[in-house]
Amino acid sequence: MNPLTHIKDMRNHCGEHLHMSAAHCAPPLFTMEKLHAPPLPPGPPMHALRRWGAALFLGLASAGALAQQGAPDAARQKELVRMVRQDCGSCHGLYLTGGLGPALTREALADKPLDSMAATIYGGRPGTPMAPWKAMLSEADALWIAQQLMAGFPEPQKDPR
Amino acid sequence: MKRRDCLALMGASSLLLAGCAGMPAATGTGDLGVIVARSTGTLAIVNTSQRTLLAEVKGLGDLSHASVVFSRDGRYAFVFGRDGALTKVDLLTHRIAGRVMQAGNSIGGAISADGRLVVAQNYTPGGIKAFDSATLELVADIPAEYEPGKLSRVVGLVDLPGHRFAYSLFDADAIWISDLSDRANPVTTKLPNIGRQPYDALVTPNGRHYIAGLFGEDGLAMVDLWEEKPRVRRILGGYGRGQEPLPVYKMPHLRGWAVAGRRAYLPAIGRHEVLVVDTDTWQEVGRIPVAGQPVFVMARPDGRQVWVNFSVPDYHRVQVIDTTTQKIVRTLEPGKAVLHMEFTPRGESVWISSRDDHRVSVIDTQTFATQATMTVDSPSGIFFTSRAARVGF
Repeated sequence: MNPLTHIKDMRNHCGEHLHMSAAHCAPPLFTMEKLHAPPLPPGPPMHALRRWGAALFLGLASAGALAQQGAPDAARQKELVRMVRQDCGSCHGLYLTGGLGPALTREALADKPLDSMAATIYGGRPGTPMAPWKAMLSEADALWIAQQLMAGFPEPQKDPR
Repeated sequence: MKRRDCLALMGASSLLLAGCAGMPAATGTGDLGVIVARSTGTLAIVNTSQRTLLAEVKGLGDLSHASVVFSRDGRYAFVFGRDGALTKVDLLTHRIAGRVMQAGNSIGGAISADGRLVVAQNYTPGGIKAFDSATLELVADIPAEYEPGKLSRVVGLVDLPGHRFAYSLFDADAIWISDLSDRANPVTTKLPNIGRQPYDALVTPNGRHYIAGLFGEDGLAMVDLWEEKPRVRRILGGYGRGQEPLPVYKMPHLRGWAVAGRRAYLPAIGRHEVLVVDTDTWQEVGRIPVAGQPVFVMARPDGRQVWVNFSVPDYHRVQVIDTTTQKIVRTLEPGKAVLHMEFTPRGESVWISSRDDHRVSVIDTQTFATQATMTVDSPSGIFFTSRAARVGF
């Protein structure tokens, strides 16, 4: 599909349907590449990172910028978990069960393509309240968040007081 | 003395209660309030004269985006949880007095002027439900069915004089006004085509004008409720002047209205501005550049100041507008992730929640000095019982 046509169609039609899942309308983040990395199994962050690292490298060999950025490190992952729970949570719920935005639970996302998820997080969805988060996230961050959401998002860690 | 002993003695002499931990002496409710600890499902009960935490009430479920209304006597807080729970909390005994799971996903509620009806606004299933405030029995269920089989998410619910409630349908671009004076036969007036994607609304302090903010276009939808046949007018149309909107990381809230004198102060969507509108002519009379996307734009009760907080990533700041000059007179940084502000009944102090610092700050609104701070786990909404006496709160 011509990516430009896709974007135009999305603006014309998808914007009015907030109930549609994020994945249905979002423009592809990586128009030249489809990402076929499997969802992460639940597990400790570093363990997950190593597994994902290999998949990331293979899957994105030609997505130069992203491969160079690499996946977020453990400290960044912790920030991202908190950000998703708390800030994305203002619309999607602290437990990601939905609100003004759709539910982002593992079950709700079961049939959604990973690349569209990442694209929606990074670039937003025009015509809906889903904002582009690229001012605060790298593409690698967005992809990592999408992976985590599809695998069942990690519980927040308790902050030290 | 232990709490158990206190309970045992209750029958013996009420005088003894005064000395029991957790059992307050006979007291008024005018200086009570609650703070939502969103991540632990806990409600903190506070005293705004003493600036202290009195108690924590646990077990309220998912309190992300929880909001609260108060019974007319200020004794009970009705807490609307994200998970659809409506919990009635007794501020004097610090206990849950009633609880009902009324929906799958809820966003807030309202209480009638006479205090008899508590109404929840829901996303899932989309619509409103009215409950008897004494028993929490369901009184009326009004699905927001705008097309056969299609329910809209409901936003911007406010109480109106009488047993009437106005609300907006996010998915249907409509404002509905339901009259529940005959509980068995609610009558709903439907105003369609109000503008795209109403995201929240407010009612003016006199109960006359209902104003819905629109996410999908520049402008707001306004209804004069004193007209024989209410109709929708567009106000502040095209306030973005065709410029590309900035990202909106969090929807503004209109509920803590900011009507000061004859001016209303409203958050712009996708612009780092507060819009000023004349409430007689409903024309824009100014716009004030601010430090980020405004979320709450709230007038101090006397209307002299308007306080503004912001969405991520600018939510470590709070700005104060002097309404006599329309200028920002102070920028405060009370903590990380400021989510909400609440004025004491006459506005000499404001309480501000900083979610990521787990802190609530009490700030003098004249000197801007911090008068007290307290530790609360991820605090979000702050609600004082003075809301019980205000239309639209």
